[in-house]
Amino acid sequence: MEEEILSRMRRSIVDGAPQHAAALAQEWLQSGSEPLHAINDGFIPGMRHVGEQFGCRALYLPDVMAAAEAMKAATAVLEPEIQRRGLKRGVRGTVVLGTVQGDIHEIGKNLVGTLLIAAGFRVIDLGCNVAAERFAEAAEQAGADAVGASSLLTTTMVRHRDVIAAMERRNLRPRVKIIVGGAPVTGKWSAEIGADGYAADAQRALDLVKRLVAPSAGDAP
Amino acid sequence: MRPAIRLLDDALIARVLGEAFQLLSNPGIQVGAAEARDLLASSGAVVEGERVRIPEVLAQTCLGAAPREFALYDRTGSAVVRYGGDAVHFDPGSSCVNILDGETRARRSAETRDLIRLTQLAEVLPQFDAQSTAVVCSDVPAPVADLYRLYVVLAHSSKPVVTGAFSGETLQGMLDLLALDAGSPAALRARPRAVFDVCPSPPLQWTNFAAHNMVRLARAGVPAQIVSMPMAGATAPVTLIGSVTQHAAETIAGIVIHQLAAGGAPVVWGGAPSILDMSTGIAPVGAIETVMLNLACAEVGKHLGLPTHGYLVASDAKLLDAQAGAETGISAVLGALAGINMISGAGMIDSLACHSAEKLVLDAELIASTRRLLKGVETPTSTLATAMFASLPKEGFLASRETRALFRTEQHLPSAVIDRGNYQEGAVDDAFSRAHDAIPRLLASYSRPALNPALLAGFAELLARQAAKFGVTFSPPTHDNAAPLHANLR
Ligand code: B12
Repeated sequence: MEEEILSRMRRSIVDGAPQHAAALAQEWLQSGSEPLHAINDGFIPGMRHVGEQFGCRALYLPDVMAAAEAMKAATAVLEPEIQRRGLKRGVRGTVVLGTVQGDIHEIGKNLVGTLLIAAGFRVIDLGCNVAAERFAEAAEQAGADAVGASSLLTTTMVRHRDVIAAMERRNLRPRVKIIVGGAPVTGKWSAEIGADGYAADAQRALDLVKRLVAPSAGDAP
Repeated sequence: MRPAIRLLDDALIARVLGEAFQLLSNPGIQVGAAEARDLLASSGAVVEGERVRIPEVLAQTCLGAAPREFALYDRTGSAVVRYGGDAVHFDPGSSCVNILDGETRARRSAETRDLIRLTQLAEVLPQFDAQSTAVVCSDVPAPVADLYRLYVVLAHSSKPVVTGAFSGETLQGMLDLLALDAGSPAALRARPRAVFDVCPSPPLQWTNFAAHNMVRLARAGVPAQIVSMPMAGATAPVTLIGSVTQHAAETIAGIVIHQLAAGGAPVVWGGAPSILDMSTGIAPVGAIETVMLNLACAEVGKHLGLPTHGYLVASDAKLLDAQAGAETGISAVLGALAGINMISGAGMIDSLACHSAEKLVLDAELIASTRRLLKGVETPTSTLATAMFASLPKEGFLASRETRALFRTEQHLPSAVIDRGNYQEGAVDDAFSRAHDAIPRLLASYSRPALNPALLAGFAELLARQAAKFGVTFSPPTHDNAAPLHANLR
């Protein structure tokens, strides 16, 4: 019975069906079962499957978006019960994302965010045209593990330095990792400005964050 | 008969425009610049915060006010690019960050020497009707890079230039540079040498900087090329026709702002629409759907009688390989058949992120073939074949008078970059190598335009002022082929 619901939960994520996922979460709580069990053994395996299928071009970006939506819907139902029971849902880490000041390119940054969320990270997306100070402020407030600054213009790339400086002013480094990306950004640039890493695309950005943000105790598998 | 292609019929174009006008009033357009919003408000648009609802009558009036055609002039003052009608021109892709190094075949950041080389090649290759500010040079400080690339092109070329500003601040510097080159702002207005790309932000937004630049270009009388770039499935509807409709709404909004700032100022119905690649998330220039979007958007502009532009002749490949050739060739041919006035993109690979001098040379061959296609199957002789049979010499057609008289116009005669030789063991090379080998030969025929030293001094002063404004010290890089240029800068 439980096994059957868990497998339907996996399916609801793969199908990208938020209402269905929420209903299953509801059903689970009504039967008095443990909420984290549903997340860790029902919904997350669904998300992992979607990630793998995306990697081998069996599923595509709209499918990943829909899966992330379904994931959100399910956790929204389970979250209050998790809190009520005093349980801690392990997130893999918190990442603040934004496109630097003077730059309004955000498609790439959004993609990075989607894959991070799909992989279980909490993402705080500041949008585009974001002042350096706001990156640092948000990182401090959220207790972020990493800050990702995107820049698509050669003229705005220099703002990465400002982000690093703002983070340093608040003594957030080296605890909070700073990663940079966007079409003109290179590994060389990242090294030159003293960032913690660079990635050429969203999949590599996810791998980079996984590498930089070491999972802490109690985290989701 | 000139061959042509159409993707949309008149009834569908009417529906596109009908819905575009609806979008202009609901939800309306976000306009970031107060100056532009004021112009719109005083002309009958409804302004609520940054949202502007443009009534169809206002849009129609402005579309009617925009010129049907205009020209770009070369340094000698000849109108060499004619925007309007079915004229087709090509220019290299713009503002790239990287270059595919011809020696190492690896990608690296572009520098002054690369921009000079690309400019010199586009200057001597007759297939390019205009230059573009092809790359951003990583060897100069970022705040001056925008103005600097225009300076490098003006100093090395006499052709018209397709360019654009990265911010509101640099536009004025670029206009000043062009006015110096033309002799005065009035001379620039009378015979503009450059056209500026300006991009709305999909969906349905004109940012502060873009709207502001439209107003300033209109008032300066320097042509603006609206490059709306909906990305189907990401920043625009996933359907091609939905994206074409959004493109129309964004472009019409730009024309309204522009014509309200200065009625009759030259403006282009341009674009770089694309799909979103659903696997990698990139904007694939080589995708057939991206090509279809460019063609369809231009058809809407042509229907309105406006000059047109598109982004084609580029590839998503990372090397000059079979994919690069296929994507480039297909899009060049289709763009030309659609009669797009200015087709930008030649030389570019890696989804517009990398330029290549070798590709520019290869693309010139493709463009030449495309132009041949546009001439169509002609009838230069009074009978199609019978007279040639009647007068056939015994040595055959190769010796006939008509062959000698007509082969140069009947055939495009490619350079040695195109391999049509017999197979020869041990001597087989690829197109990249042949293009690479052709570059020194091509550059040997290049000579730099003789610029008046006072003009060069004026350029240098402008650059220094721009640098000072941004608090950077600008010392021009000295690199092999850049050295003679910068001798003038000191
Ligand atoms: C779409 C687009 C736009 C859209 C953006 C819409 C939006 N809401 O985002 C619009 C039309 C608004 C636009 C405007 C302009 N653009 Co534009 N644009 C592009 C284009 C075609 C695609 C960018 C894109 O979305 N790619 C798809 C995504 C998925 O890729 P990506 O952004 O590279 O992101 C991936 C990686 O880089 C990485 N990544 C990204 N961010 C991050 C962050 C971190 C932390 C990490 C680890 C990784 C990472 O992962 C992503 C996912 O795989 C590029 C060309 C190109 N191929 O890059 C030009 C391009 C970036 N634009 C360019 C220019 C010049 C402009 C304008 C200045 C044009 C003008 N004159 O008006 C304006 C700038 C406005 C401004 N102030 O920002 C130039 C930049 C040239 C340069 N030397 O800097 C480019 C390269 C095109 C060109 N060759 O001319 N543009």
